[in-house]
Amino acid sequence: MSPALHDVPESAAVPTEREMVRIENVSKQFSLRHNRRLKELVFSALQKKKLADTFMALDDVNLTVRAGETVGLIGFNGSGKSTLLKTISGVLFPDTGRVMLRGRVAGLIEVGAGFHPDLSGRENVYLNGAILGMTREQIDAKFDDIVAFSEIEEFIDTDVKYYSSGMFLRLAFSVAVHTEPDIFLVDEILSVGDEPFQAKCLARIRELQEAGRTMVVVSHELDMLERLCTRIVVLRKGKVVFDGEPAEAIRVLRAS
Amino acid sequence: MSADVGSPAVGTISRSERAEGWRAPGQDSGWLNPLKERFLLELLVRKELRVRYRGSALGMLWSYVKPAVQFVVFFIALGIFIGLSRDTPAYAVYLFSGIVVINLFGEVFGNATRSITGNSALVSKIYLPSELFPWSSMIVALVHFIPQLLVLLTGSLLYGWRPSVTALVAFILGMVILLVFTIGLGLLTAAMNAAFRDVENFVDLIVMVATWLSPVLYRVTMVQDAIGGTIWWWLYQLNPLTIVVELFHTAFWRYIPQVAERAAVDPSLSAPGEPFGLWWAGLLIAAATFVIGTVVFERSKRRFAQSL
Repeated sequence: MSPALHDVPESAAVPTEREMVRIENVSKQFSLRHNRRLKELVFSALQKKKLADTFMALDDVNLTVRAGETVGLIGFNGSGKSTLLKTISGVLFPDTGRVMLRGRVAGLIEVGAGFHPDLSGRENVYLNGAILGMTREQIDAKFDDIVAFSEIEEFIDTDVKYYSSGMFLRLAFSVAVHTEPDIFLVDEILSVGDEPFQAKCLARIRELQEAGRTMVVVSHELDMLERLCTRIVVLRKGKVVFDGEPAEAIRVLRAS
Repeated sequence: MSADVGSPAVGTISRSERAEGWRAPGQDSGWLNPLKERFLLELLVRKELRVRYRGSALGMLWSYVKPAVQFVVFFIALGIFIGLSRDTPAYAVYLFSGIVVINLFGEVFGNATRSITGNSALVSKIYLPSELFPWSSMIVALVHFIPQLLVLLTGSLLYGWRPSVTALVAFILGMVILLVFTIGLGLLTAAMNAAFRDVENFVDLIVMVATWLSPVLYRVTMVQDAIGGTIWWWLYQLNPLTIVVELFHTAFWRYIPQVAERAAVDPSLSAPGEPFGLWWAGLLIAAATFVIGTVVFERSKRRFAQSL
């Protein structure tokens, strides 16, 4: 469900000059292993056949993100958006080039990846908060806010497996937006929950922008990104093909 | 020096850039992470304990039931049918002190091996120090070990065993060797299992064989009679599990009054190198395994996310 456009707030981001993320000549190659059975390994060694196809997920990417900016990453499926986000968060490492960061990063690469269905909502809040880098004291202090934001107070001690998918995502999103990192990586999460909750999420994003947080957002919701971002980067087959003004970026993507 | 300028190696950040507050993503304290991230480690351990016994009526009781059944089966087959309990006084204690060692070994080794692949949802999506996964499996195994240890202590007390300094030293030495050795192996196999899932089957095989390749069911002197003087005898003795099992026998069985009395007349009851045997060799092998496991794990952890 895409958020109604009139709900999307104008960007409140205040870009500054301080660099927070610097990506220099980053390339990342993935190999698609066809088969790793011993039989195949032996045969391909005998026939000198290439065992794996490789493709460039990222090809010589250069990108700088400054404090207070909200940078959108757009591109078609397989263009390397998520890979780029994962190299910033430290899940993947570049083959060549380097990524540099300032401050604490929290990635919402996939909402609820750290959630376990057999734990209660409360336990999941603690586990996920810790996974996203919060200390026990920080979670204790924010716990009530997290639960209030997710609007599932009465189910907080129920196992997450009994939650509806909307409740689950609301709680996961709520933990993530309360971690207060310096750099916030967001991958396709603004399509969470029903319309009122989406409006609330966008309002929260706006608050984070006002507070001067740096954000990198991946989404297919182009109209929403255009209003939310200060800058948009277009990726195609692992290469940066455009980096600049949001409306222009979307024209570039749609033209291709 | 001059070669470094202008072309920094992949991913490295110079000192002056560090001074400006830059860092590389995914940099952490490596093998020290389990000590630094104690809060997260604790939550992962609790998660594993909760998840393990979800929807089971007996819950933690299962960690008593399994060794109990194992013990009864071995005692009937080997102690009574084959007659080992005739020549070995307090054979029940002898048997059980070996079984708890092998159980702890098997659980740490097996769970640590599966810890990276089993948490692939986390490893491939969110950055967090991956050392925490094998370490949390070890702590979970220790939690299961405690009830077994209590049963063992109760058994030996019933046979007239009394705590002593020798027993305490042997127990601590045994635990240190066992844990350092097994987590070292576990780190190694966890890293290898992320690339080739065959490793976990191989590990199951080792765990199955381990019961028979250390003096758990039979006495070490029987092995000496059969293959003493050959290189196999030395290899058998240098097996860290043999060393640990013998240390546990020293701690919980050897100084039970009826065993000590019989040992005075029957020299086959005293193991070679009493009371602590080849403890120094055990410590050395354990430390070397730990170093190798840690180095391999640290080198391959950057590839976990993409190979899962």
